[in-house]
Amino acid sequence: MSRTALTFWVLLAAGLAAPFVGYPIFLMKVLCFALFASAFNLLIGFTGLLSFGHAMFFGFAAYVSGHAAKVWGLTPELAILAGTASAAGIGAVTGWLAVRRQGIYFAMVTLALAQMVYFICVQAPFTYAEDGIQSIPRGSLFGVVDLSGDRTMYYLVFAVFMLGLLGIYRIIHSPFGQVLKSIRENEARALSLGYDVDRYKLVAFILSATLAGLAGATKSLAFGLATLTDVSWQMSGEVVLMTLLGGMGTIFGPALGAAIIVTMQNYLSGLGPMVTIIMGATFVACVLLFRRGIVGELEYRLGRKSGG
Amino acid sequence: MDEIFGVPIQAFMGQLMLGLVNGSFYALLSLGLAVIFGMLNIVNFAHGALYMVGAFFAWMLLNYAGINYWMALVLVPLAVGLIGVLIEKFLLQWLQGLDHLYGLLLTFGLALMLEGAFREAYGSSGLPYELPEVFRGAFDLGFMFLPKYRAWVVVAALVVCLLTWYVIEKTKLGAYLRAGTENPNLVKAFGINVPLMVTLTYAFGVGLAGLAGAMAAPIYQVSPLMGSNIIIIVFAVVVIGGMGSILGSIVTGLALGLIEGLSKVFYAEISTTVVFIIMAIVLMVRPAGLFGREK
Repeated sequence: MSRTALTFWVLLAAGLAAPFVGYPIFLMKVLCFALFASAFNLLIGFTGLLSFGHAMFFGFAAYVSGHAAKVWGLTPELAILAGTASAAGIGAVTGWLAVRRQGIYFAMVTLALAQMVYFICVQAPFTYAEDGIQSIPRGSLFGVVDLSGDRTMYYLVFAVFMLGLLGIYRIIHSPFGQVLKSIRENEARALSLGYDVDRYKLVAFILSATLAGLAGATKSLAFGLATLTDVSWQMSGEVVLMTLLGGMGTIFGPALGAAIIVTMQNYLSGLGPMVTIIMGATFVACVLLFRRGIVGELEYRLGRKSGG
Repeated sequence: MDEIFGVPIQAFMGQLMLGLVNGSFYALLSLGLAVIFGMLNIVNFAHGALYMVGAFFAWMLLNYAGINYWMALVLVPLAVGLIGVLIEKFLLQWLQGLDHLYGLLLTFGLALMLEGAFREAYGSSGLPYELPEVFRGAFDLGFMFLPKYRAWVVVAALVVCLLTWYVIEKTKLGAYLRAGTENPNLVKAFGINVPLMVTLTYAFGVGLAGLAGAMAAPIYQVSPLMGSNIIIIVFAVVVIGGMGSILGSIVTGLALGLIEGLSKVFYAEISTTVVFIIMAIVLMVRPAGLFGREK
């Protein structure tokens, strides 16, 4: 317990100091994806459900918050809220459909539904198809704090990330979270103990979708951009890789995985398709060599059970 | 009569035919997925990528070695099947006894690697594959022109699908396979080389994908992205049909291709999403899939 608390404090200190050392834009990208991966982890790591379509929440929320800020002229907090709410809505509908199938089918259903959302985004007028929504204004937080400075925006993103991560921590350590873990370990047994398994899965799915949406909505304001890339199946794959690399079912693993992948993409962006090959190879290596991920492996070595 | 439901009959039949062609590819691919899933308990995400590799092999054979379409139809499935043997022997073998999810993740990684490699080598734009002489032109059926190659693809795909169904459901080899799916240990005890059977099953499944790719080469542009475009639709097809039944996946594949083709005639905006919408409806009405028995 104390180790987790310590890590939180270190993370807080590092996060507050970071923009004085690194580029705020890059750090914001890391944080948005870290929250996205952590949200995804709530489902795969603590409920045992592999969603292969999480980009639909991330990307759609990005569109909605971008549209809200640019066209409706909402303040950033309301735009983010609108984006997050839209992701929760999609999560409720797709989750309701997806929990009807188990295991491997669940992954295929979510992938297919995400592809449907992708094609809807291709055709819907407010997404501007290939161009995406560009130059989304950051505006002023609560109409007071001007966010146009990168460092100010960074602190907002950091606050969102920390709140999201604490929220996830709270969820998995609640009685509700314990039931989720029992479903992950032995679904039939959880069912026989009288838990309405499908309902728990659905709630976990919606929570995960909402937090993924929060990440996407924040991202589109931070970068002033919402594009088809954010809703594509490649994005869904990337978040799986981040989580797998960092450690499924650990608190901090997905964030670390996101940091590694984003850094890698940043440095290798000149290589074009090579990046895809490297990502694919990383996938294969993770699955074959260390399924616990980096943080999972560390925790295992330090003799602690995963899951905190 | 030159109109049907207010649509010119030529356009209507044309889209229907194109839908049937797409459906043939869906059927071939979902059949391979079902066969692999039955034996290995792995959803082969690399299936689309190997279909793409099949198309590229056919293109390479023609353009680098001058080997024609007919030879390609034989050589490509063998080559892709060989890749399948390597994948199964060196990678998938290690996943036995683990959660199904790892198989999906591993093959997803493979798909990314294959797609990236071909994009690196050939770029993202498509390459044309020249249609063999015999297939140029169309049959005049009176009410429509039927392009010869499209007719060939549908017939050939159907024959391959039905042959596969026959082998699996009606022959001794198929009986071993089905028994191996149910209880591999017991089949092993009867002295049958189950690991070899597993490897060959995977090779056969991806060989079908390679064959589909070679047949698709003259119709679509040969492009590194063709695999990922089709695999997600095929997943939806598999969810709709359920992977338990061979015949089910063939019928579902063809039917969904047809529906997709029809939607292009009547309401083109929906044609990219219609398969997913049907999937959603099936999930609501019959969660286990049309031919499904959950595994």
